[in-house]
Amino acid sequence: MGKVFNWGVFPRIDANQIAFSHYAKIAEFVKENLVIIPRGNGRCYGDSSLQKTIFSTLELNKFLSFDTENGMISCEAGVLLRDILEVIVPKGFFLPVTPGTKFITIGGAVASNIHGKNHHSEGSISRYIESFNLLNETGTIIHCSKNSNPALFTETIGGMGLTGVIISVNLKLKKIETSYIKQKAIKAKNIYEMLEYFDKFCDYTYSVAWIDCLSKGNSLGRSILMLGEHATNKELNEKQSHQPLAVHSNKQINVPFMFPNFVLNELSIKAFNFLYYHKQMQHEVDNVIHYNPYFYPLDAINNWNRIYGANGFTQYQFAIPFENGKEGLVKILTKIANSGCGSFLAVLKTFGENDAVASPLSFPIKGYTLALDFKISKKVFKLLDELDEIVLAYSGRLYLTKDARMNSDTFHKSYTTAFSHPAKFQSLQSMRLKI
Amino acid sequence: MSTLLILGSSSDVGIACAHRFAKEGFDLILATRNGDEYQRNLAADLSIRYNVHVVSVQFDALATSSHKSFYESLGVKPNVVLSVFGYLGNHEQALSDFTQANLIIASNFVGNVSILGIIANDMESKREGTIICVSSVAGERGRKSNYIYGSSKAGLTAFLSGLRARLAASNVHVATIIPGFIKTKMVELLPETPKPITASAAQVADAIWLANKAKKDVVYVLPIWRLIMFIIRNIPERIFKKTNL
Ligand SMILES: Cc1cc2nc3c(=O)[nH]c(=O)nc-3n(C[C@H](O)[C@H](O)[C@H](O)COP(=O)(O)OP(=O)(O)OC[C@H]3O[C@@H](n4cnc5c(N)ncnc54)[C@H](O)[C@@H]3O)c2cc1C
Ligand SMILES: NC(=O)c1ccc[n+]([C@@H]2O[C@H](COP(=O)([O-])OP(=O)(O)OC[C@H]3O[C@@H](n4cnc5c(N)ncnc54)[C@H](OP(=O)(O)O)[C@@H]3O)[C@@H](O)[C@H]2O)c1
Repeated sequence: MGKVFNWGVFPRIDANQIAFSHYAKIAEFVKENLVIIPRGNGRCYGDSSLQKTIFSTLELNKFLSFDTENGMISCEAGVLLRDILEVIVPKGFFLPVTPGTKFITIGGAVASNIHGKNHHSEGSISRYIESFNLLNETGTIIHCSKNSNPALFTETIGGMGLTGVIISVNLKLKKIETSYIKQKAIKAKNIYEMLEYFDKFCDYTYSVAWIDCLSKGNSLGRSILMLGEHATNKELNEKQSHQPLAVHSNKQINVPFMFPNFVLNELSIKAFNFLYYHKQMQHEVDNVIHYNPYFYPLDAINNWNRIYGANGFTQYQFAIPFENGKEGLVKILTKIANSGCGSFLAVLKTFGENDAVASPLSFPIKGYTLALDFKISKKVFKLLDELDEIVLAYSGRLYLTKDARMNSDTFHKSYTTAFSHPAKFQSLQSMRLKI
Repeated sequence: MSTLLILGSSSDVGIACAHRFAKEGFDLILATRNGDEYQRNLAADLSIRYNVHVVSVQFDALATSSHKSFYESLGVKPNVVLSVFGYLGNHEQALSDFTQANLIIASNFVGNVSILGIIANDMESKREGTIICVSSVAGERGRKSNYIYGSSKAGLTAFLSGLRARLAASNVHVATIIPGFIKTKMVELLPETPKPITASAAQVADAIWLANKAKKDVVYVLPIWRLIMFIIRNIPERIFKKTNL
């Protein structure tokens, strides 16, 4: 028994967490426990991978094969994206889809059907999963792909660990010429201008906007749009071209303790947002940077989640369809700006066509998606309940892997409930939401 | 290209060493009596992560009559040999059951004398190579609670010391690694050992890598164990026999 919590440090529970690397032992463990949930690297924010009994996949950490001809990699479910990058980048490959941190496991990526800054152009990770092996409630390992056990294949992608333990994954990679990204950053004076830019630049592979949530009135939703393409050899500068496929083992800075709660008051958020907005004075900046600062700017600070203090924080990420989406975003941003419960990070992206192969629990729907961090407090829970109403009114939904607090009603109104799973695999979240 | 042969590669220390040496560019021969799915995956993992050549071969320390053909069958002969296999056994049982006592001695001592003897002769004739073998602080003085295992390791330490002296003239290096406590599956069922004097498998692997690189003779991991064992060795017998160590 020990305290277990995920990235938001909320909730914190007492749990029995065990890791094995031998498949037979995992099967035994699954069979002898009534209720368990698989857990990867705990980078979901809330209780998706929490339960009294947890199977940790972190000892399932082996690469199984790497086909550099066809760009296919196969590895066990607990391998971190960081490790995959270290292996594939020097050979001219990249992850087809990546979240904003490389410290997640490939199993967690499949279970949450993760998306990146390229959903509008290239879809979620579901598109690139060739097959995986799943250990089910009877301890049997089942090979799943579009052709073998297709129903289980579909339900597990985005299935939040409720169908069984993913043991290994076979993933199609993206070919790259260099490990650098040609980046374009554009300032927008408010949300309206930003949404226009999203339309105008929709041909870019990668796009994401950082939003200052405290600005109001004419500046509501002032933001920076970051666009990106994989750079070609010709686009690198002299220094970069010495090692066009560099992995850069970047040093990490530690946040060594839980910050006192008062540090992150409204003022410090204001300062942060202001600095972020003014860091680049020109309207538009073009440059070529390594993939690390482009995709994983926050990974440079280890444990940055601790700046929110011991009470923890939660991330509120919703998606709403493009229809009336602008109106919905404005309503939500106005409500947040007026609430005084500022958000440290607010990130806006767009989702393209719905993913063809994914569980009913999978998050992306065609439209906008906004993610905001909130320090935990009573006031915040009330605000988020109110935001839920707006999201539902605009036919939207919340991302389960970020959630720690929505109620079961909200869930059932926004996700189809045509999903059944073995009673053995349940998280605190699936119990709370009655999934 | 250098090649490392790990005898007992399914041991936790062996796995940590495989990573440590592969990271430095060594090709690997993983020798284990347990060539299961796990070992196959481990071999694939190491070769993908570090871009080195890795093969798995069958090896049983107890099957001494097969040791010669085992070594002869290796396509590429290793530059560095690391012997990590070991058997803690059940001391209580060994006191009344000679089969158990014999198994402990055969695994830790006889097995090494057999296989390292064969390898030593080959290296001696080639006048190059390194042999690294993991013994234990348990071999520094026979203690009431585990003197069967202890004496097998004592024999091993003495064997290695003599081997080192013999091979020094032939440019072959022999390193004796003497760990205190290591957090591995060997001791997972025993009461937890004190943290400050318990090494991780990765720490032992670092020490072994250093022993190889700097051609060290006898290495204690962690270094504090050199002092601890100095004291234990020097307790007068009339007092030592009354202790419960
Ligand atoms: C800084 C940061 C940025 C992020 N950015 C994004 C983003 O841009 N896009 C995005 O989509 N997500 C993003 N995330 C969320 C993250 O990608 C997901 O929560 C991911 O699932 C975490 O994986 P994990 O290995 O840490 O698994 P955990 O957090 O431990 O578990 C997450 C879920 O996966 C299940 N699971 C884990 N491993 C297995 C397995 N082997 N078999 C079956 N089920 C399993 C768990 O049961 C749980 O439901 C971000 C998270 C952080 C901290
Ligand atoms: N752990 C400690 O506290 C500690 C302290 C001092 C010294 N040591 C020594 O450190 C070395 C490594 O041990 P460890 O801690 O890594 O423990 P471990 O994981 O239990 O490794 C011991 C390994 O030896 C193998 N082995 C036993 N008999 C064998 C045989 N007849 N043929 C081939 N392989 C055999 C076992 O193989 P299987 O996997 O097939 O069983 C096992 O993998 C051992 O020599 C041990 O004596 C350990």
